[in-house]
Amino acid sequence: MREEMLRDERVFVMGEEVGLFDGAYKVTAGLLGEFGPERVRDTPISEEGFVGAGVGAAMLGERPIVEIMTINFLLVAMDQVVNHAAKIGAMFGGEVRCPLVIRTPNGAGNQLTAQHSQSFEGWFAATPGLKVLAPATPADAKGLLKAAIRDDDPVLVVENLAIYKERGEVPLDPEFVTPIGLAAVAREGTDVTLIAHSYATVRALHVAERLERTHGISAEVVDLRSLRPLDVETVAASVAKTSRAVCIEEGWPTYGVTAELAARIQYACFDDLDAPVERVGMAEVPMPYAKELENAALPNEQRIESAVLATLGRRS
Amino acid sequence: MMSIATATLRGLYEQMLLIRVFETEAERQYKAARIGGYCHLSSGQEAATVGATHSLDPGDLLVTGYRCHGFALARGVPVEAVMAELFGRVDGCAHGRGGSMHLLDVSRGYYGGWGIVAGQLPIATGLALALVRQGRPQAVLCELGDGAINMGAWHESLNLAAVWRLPVVFLVMNNEYGMGTSVERASAVTDLYRRAAAYDLPAERVDGDDLLAVAQASATLLGAAREERQASVLELVTYRYRGHSVADAGLAYRTRGEIDEHIQRDPIFRVRALLAQEGVPDAELDGLMGAAEEQVAAAVAASVASPPPAVSTLATGMYAPGSAAQFARMLPGAPFGERELVFAGGLGE
Repeated sequence: MREEMLRDERVFVMGEEVGLFDGAYKVTAGLLGEFGPERVRDTPISEEGFVGAGVGAAMLGERPIVEIMTINFLLVAMDQVVNHAAKIGAMFGGEVRCPLVIRTPNGAGNQLTAQHSQSFEGWFAATPGLKVLAPATPADAKGLLKAAIRDDDPVLVVENLAIYKERGEVPLDPEFVTPIGLAAVAREGTDVTLIAHSYATVRALHVAERLERTHGISAEVVDLRSLRPLDVETVAASVAKTSRAVCIEEGWPTYGVTAELAARIQYACFDDLDAPVERVGMAEVPMPYAKELENAALPNEQRIESAVLATLGRRS
Repeated sequence: MMSIATATLRGLYEQMLLIRVFETEAERQYKAARIGGYCHLSSGQEAATVGATHSLDPGDLLVTGYRCHGFALARGVPVEAVMAELFGRVDGCAHGRGGSMHLLDVSRGYYGGWGIVAGQLPIATGLALALVRQGRPQAVLCELGDGAINMGAWHESLNLAAVWRLPVVFLVMNNEYGMGTSVERASAVTDLYRRAAAYDLPAERVDGDDLLAVAQASATLLGAAREERQASVLELVTYRYRGHSVADAGLAYRTRGEIDEHIQRDPIFRVRALLAQEGVPDAELDGLMGAAEEQVAAAVAASVASPPPAVSTLATGMYAPGSAAQFARMLPGAPFGERELVFAGGLGE
């Protein structure tokens, strides 16, 4: 963000606690001191208001980055995102654009319970007019955010609470940008393809490493990175190679990202598949508080591993 | 009372006539099935519409709700572009993509008719924020209906406009009914402008059918917005003669007598009387009506002649130029027909 703010003075940040507080998750730490309160604007708790303000400012050529503290709070601004920002290009005949970025973390796992443990990115990715990105690595967190800021359309960048703690190499080049609409093969393999995004990719990589060690299974992991546009080409090429697909997401699978993947894979890879496309997601309940129940509800590594073994016809 | 040059008043009268004739014709064309969707007419609200937009400077911005034909015309959007949009034709101001509720003309600072009640209010605050960031000494006029003030977006937007000192005037067109629900049945406070006090914003309530009073109040408040970044609320008490939309006869929730009573005090007649007082001859005033009718008839003819958008352009405009490459890898396994309808149709070209 800092690099993009230096590069383009139209870029500014607004959201709850992004300034004085340094960001609820410290993503904007230090920006207020460097850029001042006009470019790092603290807002009231007023998501519909300030997301809409981002839409309006973007329509007049600004490049707002709106931070929503967690994706759970984006629902009160859903009207501005889905009914307004997403419609501008098409509904006004291409006469005006909305280069808005919304950043927000999804995810669960800290006993935050039903209202603060959700992953709604699939709902937004289901909306034509939006672009939805979901990095799984520190490098892509930078590269995809920069791509979003430079893009001329409304882009939702879904970060993740657990990934905030991940460490990894990050290119220092200010021109390093991850292309929108391009998935990454995060791990090469030959026996089965694990397809995931956001924190589910981190889980999938852990499972793939363990399956190699314990079962001699070679699992390929495709990190989607972008949900809309969705890089089905990379997914299909991988499944054509492995003949087996397990789709994983942090959110509920019904009508979810994995549902969309399964539909596209069965069509694009009809002749390649040696097993039904499997899906793993959050158990379809509101997230409970008790740690044991929370663990059970998450698409944890044990569940992913079981799904992969079942798809390969192996017993765990 | 504001004094206004006779020539200017005559121009505003012409705009009011144009709106009335346009709305009357739009209803006729809707009933002839040349206009589809919703069609919200503003007959009876011409003084409020024209008086408020008259106070806009050329660089000021306008956003409105969906009862927006009159505002588009008053802001100078060509009659042909408005009518063609209602007809769903390529020469419409949104190229047949928006229809009656989504008129716009960025070249005239008109950033849209919006279809979700109160949804345009946060956007107006954002436009005002952008004006401030760009150092432009201009203001945003944000039109809304009386129904919109019960939405959360109203409260959030007024609060943001107040705490951030944004140059925006919220123009409440109080036509007494939100669809079929009267203000008395919908709002705990029926003097709607008083709601602004909750955000310590100045507010005024004026007779929206008094052109000069509207022009004066809007000029004052827009001036304060431009010069002092002072947001405000202007409530214009007016009345719509027709139903909520053409599909509504408008009689389930009010009486014929009530409507007739308002027609007796028609805002257009009131301006005509002013012009007559100023010595403009009757024949000349009658001629202005004929001119408006000719303009609208020409717009209908142009709309009939304008082609509908080609199906091959179904996805045009949805994404910015350069997006086609981003979406290219989405094709395998895409739903039936998506390749032909969307990808082949200039997605982000």
